Order: sequence, then structure tokens, then C-alpha cells
Amino acid sequence: MSSNSSAQAYWKENLRIIMTYLAIWFVVSYGCGILFVDALDQIQFFGFPLGFWFAQQGSIYVFLGLIWAYVFSMNKLDEKYDVHE
Amino acid sequence: MSLDLLTYLFIGGSFALYIGIAIWARAGSTKEFYVAGGGVPPIANGMATAADWMSAASFISLAGIVSFIGRDGTAYLMGWTGGYVLLAMLLAPYLRKFGKFTVPDFVGDRYYSNTARTIAVICTIVISFTYVAGQMRGVGIVFSRYLHVDINTGVIIGMAIVFFYAVLGGMKGITYTQVAQYVVLILAFMVPAIFLSMQVTGHFLPQTGLGATLENGKSVLTTLNELSVELGFAEYTAGKKTTIDIFFLTAALMCGTAGLPHVIVRFFTVPRVKDARLSAGWALIFIAILYTTVPAVAGFGRVNLIQTINGQDKAGVAYAEMPSWFKNWENAGLIAWNDKNGDGKVHYSAGDAFKGKPAFGDGRVDGNADMQRITTNPSDGVNEVYVDRDIMVLANPEIAQLPNWVIALVAAGAVAAALSTAAGLLLVISTSISHDLMKKTLNPNITDKQELMYARLAAIVAILIAGYFGINPPGFVAQVVALAFGLAASSVFPVIIMGIFSTRMNTQGAVSGMLVGLVSTMSYIIYFKFMGGSADQLILGISPEGFGTVGMILNFIVAYVVSSMTPPPPEEIQHIVEDIRIPRGAGAAHAH
Repeated sequence: MSSNSSAQAYWKENLRIIMTYLAIWFVVSYGCGILFVDALDQIQFFGFPLGFWFAQQGSIYVFLGLIWAYVFSMNKLDEKYDVHE
Repeated sequence: MSLDLLTYLFIGGSFALYIGIAIWARAGSTKEFYVAGGGVPPIANGMATAADWMSAASFISLAGIVSFIGRDGTAYLMGWTGGYVLLAMLLAPYLRKFGKFTVPDFVGDRYYSNTARTIAVICTIVISFTYVAGQMRGVGIVFSRYLHVDINTGVIIGMAIVFFYAVLGGMKGITYTQVAQYVVLILAFMVPAIFLSMQVTGHFLPQTGLGATLENGKSVLTTLNELSVELGFAEYTAGKKTTIDIFFLTAALMCGTAGLPHVIVRFFTVPRVKDARLSAGWALIFIAILYTTVPAVAGFGRVNLIQTINGQDKAGVAYAEMPSWFKNWENAGLIAWNDKNGDGKVHYSAGDAFKGKPAFGDGRVDGNADMQRITTNPSDGVNEVYVDRDIMVLANPEIAQLPNWVIALVAAGAVAAALSTAAGLLLVISTSISHDLMKKTLNPNITDKQELMYARLAAIVAILIAGYFGINPPGFVAQVVALAFGLAASSVFPVIIMGIFSTRMNTQGAVSGMLVGLVSTMSYIIYFKFMGGSADQLILGISPEGFGTVGMILNFIVAYVVSSMTPPPPEEIQHIVEDIRIPRGAGAAHAH
């Protein structure tokens, strides 16, 4: 680590990325898949009621997207702050 | 070739492969035994994690559960995948940077306390034994169904195989065997699922097939809803449990997943911090292939099952005209029929057909070899048929009349799923004993060679105990699985999160938080699962399986309050926390 303040800035940005992605994680799984599932079920989506699709298919695809987005975001962030291995 | 011969060939061939890998990947040091030398490529680690994670329950039971409870099965589907997002962002990279061998290692060092370490060791051992008992039983059941040996013989064969590669190879042997086991289990799950999807919907991908339109002009799910309602069930795509219950259950499973020691330890085996994130990504891809297929298998399986049993006119089918799989599984005791209305036709509808599990009498009705088995405990309801959930995956190839090699493949896949998970758990148990208890707590002076010997001894003892539970399963295996996830969510998960994200968290906070989380969750589960607590006593209607979420919240609150009233941790601990947040300098996992 180059200096203490740069390490703190790195950590702050990391936390911001995590918060953003976890917000999406929460909205898709707990929101679309559980809390608002009945409302979304009124909409049809490729033969599925939309809420049911989120609950049993969509949420899992979004989880995948989030982890991979995090992998790429962090690789970039590590380079930016010169803390990569 | 006959089915028996093919099954022997598939299972025997896969065993030969696992043993070959074990000999190639022998462990020579504790580092190789505990974390495979820390040099596993991320994609291989992802596969090994997926095999480690997907147990006999995921492979055999999950599709059956979803098939019978419909939308409420969502809690398991999301709970057991969403936890990987938490792992990738909140735990794996920092624990990898910390660079020790085990979860109690982190807890003990971060909280500079052997009390905290010991609580973590106890949680780890309880969680892992709970889990492993079910796996050995799963191996026994598959052997008895497909190879016609006694369940106990099956358990012993399974023990011998795991013994060989876990004791010899440690984490190194287990990791590369799990890679092979993943390939076997995913083929075994996907091949019949794709066949089934093609047959029912014409779609190659089961994931889109579930939304397809059938010959009757309606979608699979609409058809399933209509069939369900006609037979007295709730709609398939409607929820039966309360929203709050599903919410807490999903959260407990997600956080529990992220706190399971045998999953966390997989992230210690990769060379760099970025590889830890990357392996979580690969792991979820490999897991999602199975988990997104499960709802399709569940849906198709249910349509097939209802239509085969009740027939096209929905009036039922005569027993003599039932396909052979119905009788095979009846012989195995997983299907039972009692002709309650005496019309000679098998008819399936809502409600329990029997009082509890079906009890079989001697022989068959009228002493006629072509009649159904005698059952002695029919319920008062109109439903005549008992169907065990587990047959959804195991019997699907037969229901869909797939070739024999597919059936043999499913048998090999189920064994692979059970063995891979069992091995991962046994390793965690042996590491906890040799490393966390012997080396770190009782006798720090032992050499690396001695520690390795203790690790192997502990693995042997753990296998014997697991085998004992497989042969004499405690009646409460299903109940204690709730305990494993509850414990992980309410103790291990929060204590690690706070150790990384708070420099201020101290021993007092962590220990009191863990104890409150543990005790509250265990009391709730024990009260409702073992002491006959009734449903109207549930707090906010939260079922015991979901209470880990409440325990976790209590843990966070108590830890925060206690730590803010006690002195901050020593400066060198705060430096450790700052250091694990920065990827550079991870190096290999080390012991000291």
C-alpha cells in the first residue's frame, strides 16, 4: 500500500461498489422474488408469471451477473490504486 | 447391456477415476493437506466448490421439494445460490488475504482470544457432522436401489472410498476428485433433464422449456396450475407460506451458506485474492447450471407424474396398466397405493394418503403377484397414492422411458454428489481437530509432520463416526439440517463480517454476540423441533428453519452494544484488519 490515505480511499470505493451491488441483490431476490411477487405475477414473461420467473430463474441469473461485475470492478479498482498482486 | 451391468460399470468406473486422482495428488505437508498447497486454479476451485456444495440433498431431493411445494421452493433455490454473492463480496477475498487455514484460525487471531476460537471450533464441528450424516445415508440409499446391496453395505463402500482419498490426499486429493465428481454429477443431472424437456416441450434448454406452450395450447405452468386445482392442491405458482416466513427462511439460508466452514475453506486454496473473487464467480456458474434446471425438472416431473397416474381422462388408471417404474418404486417403498374407493383404479389427489409414512403389510392384495402391495395405515382422506419426494429425480429417467445408460448415469451422479460433499466436510472436521485444537490450543509445539499425522488420524475417526451415523441414522437428520444453517447464519457469518468490516470490534463484543446468536437460535429450533412447540407459538410466524436470521440480527446488535462499552482491540489487531482489506501481498497460505 502506497500510503494510508490511499488505502482508505480504496476501501471507501470498495464499500460503495459493494453497497450498490448488494442493493440490486436485495431488490431482485427479496423484492421481486418475495415481497412483490404477487404483483409481478400479473405480468406474463415468456410463458412464466414474472414474479415466479424472478423467484425461480431470474434472481439466480442476476446473482451470477453481480459476482462477475464485482470481479471486473475490483480488478479495475485494484489497478487504479496500485494494490493488485 | 443390462441396467445392472451398466450401473456397476458407471459407478465402478467413476470410483477408479477418484482413486487414481487420489494417488496422483497425495499430500506431503500440512499446507497441502489443509489448503491443497494454495495453488488451485480458480476455475478448478469453482468446480470443486460446486461439487462440495451440491450434496445428495441438492441432487436427489431439491427438485422433489420444489415439485411438491411449488413457489415456496423459491426459498431454497434463492437461498442456496444468493449466499455466493455475499461470499464473493463480503468474505472470500479478505479471508484469502488473511491467509490462514481455517475459520477458527481467523476468529481466534482476529479476536486475539482462545475462547472465541473454541466457540468457532465447536460450531464448525457441529455444523459439519450434522451435514455429513445425511451424505453417508444418501450413498447407502443409492447403492441399495441401484446395486441391490444392503443400505449398510452401501455406506461401508462409500466410507472406504472417502477414506482412501480424504486421508491420503487431504485437501489436494479432495479438490481434484471433486472436479471429476462435478463433471459426473452435472452430466447425470442435465442429460435426463434435457431429454425430459425435449419430450415434454420440444425445447432443448429446460430453463426455457418451463415457459413453453404444450399441445393443449396452454403453457406448462398454466397446465400445472389447472391440474393442481382440479386435484385439490393450491395453484403451483402461488405461495402457501407467509411472506415474512419465506423472507426469513431465504435470509437464513443465504447467510448460512456464506457461513458454512466447508465452503469458506475452499477460498483459502487459491493463489491470490483476485482468484478468490473469481472462484466465487466460477462456483456460482457451475451451481446455477443445476439450480436453474431444478425448477424445470420439478415442473415437468409433476405434470408427467399426475398425467401418468390419473390418465388422460383424469379418472385414474388400473393398477395392471401402470408402467413398470410405478411398481419398481412401490417395491422400494417410495410409492404406495391403497384402493380406498374400491374402483380398481389408481387415483392421486391432494391430502395425505396414509397416516404418516405408508406401512406395508406382508405380500400383495389377494395374494396375487399382479396386485399392489398391502398397506395397513390408510388415512380417511380421498387421496389414494403416496409419492416420496425423492423419486422426482431418481425415477424421472424411468418415467420418461430414457435408455438404461441414462439411469446408470443418474446413479453414478447421485453417488458423486454425496461423496464430494462428505469428503469436504470430513476434511473440515479433521482440520478443526488437528490444527485448531491440537496445534493452536492444546500443544503448539508439535512439528508439521506430527500435525499432519493428527490430521490423518482425525480424518479416520471422523469417517468412522460419520459411517456410524449413516448406518444408524438418528431419526432427526431432517430436523438438524435446520440447525446447521441456523448455527452458521447466527454465529460464524456475523463474527467474520464484523471482523473484516469493523476495526473497532473486540473480543468481548464478538464472544457475547456469538453466544447470544447461538443460544437464541438453538433454543428456538430445539423448542419447536424436539419439544413439540405448536405453530401458533411461533414468533411472527417464523419457522425454526428461518430463525437463524433473527439470531444473526441479535448477534450484530449485542456485539455492537458490548464492544462500544468495552476498550477497543489492541493496535496490532487494527493493523491486521486494515491489512486484509488490501489485496497486495497475499502470498501463499501460511501457518504462523
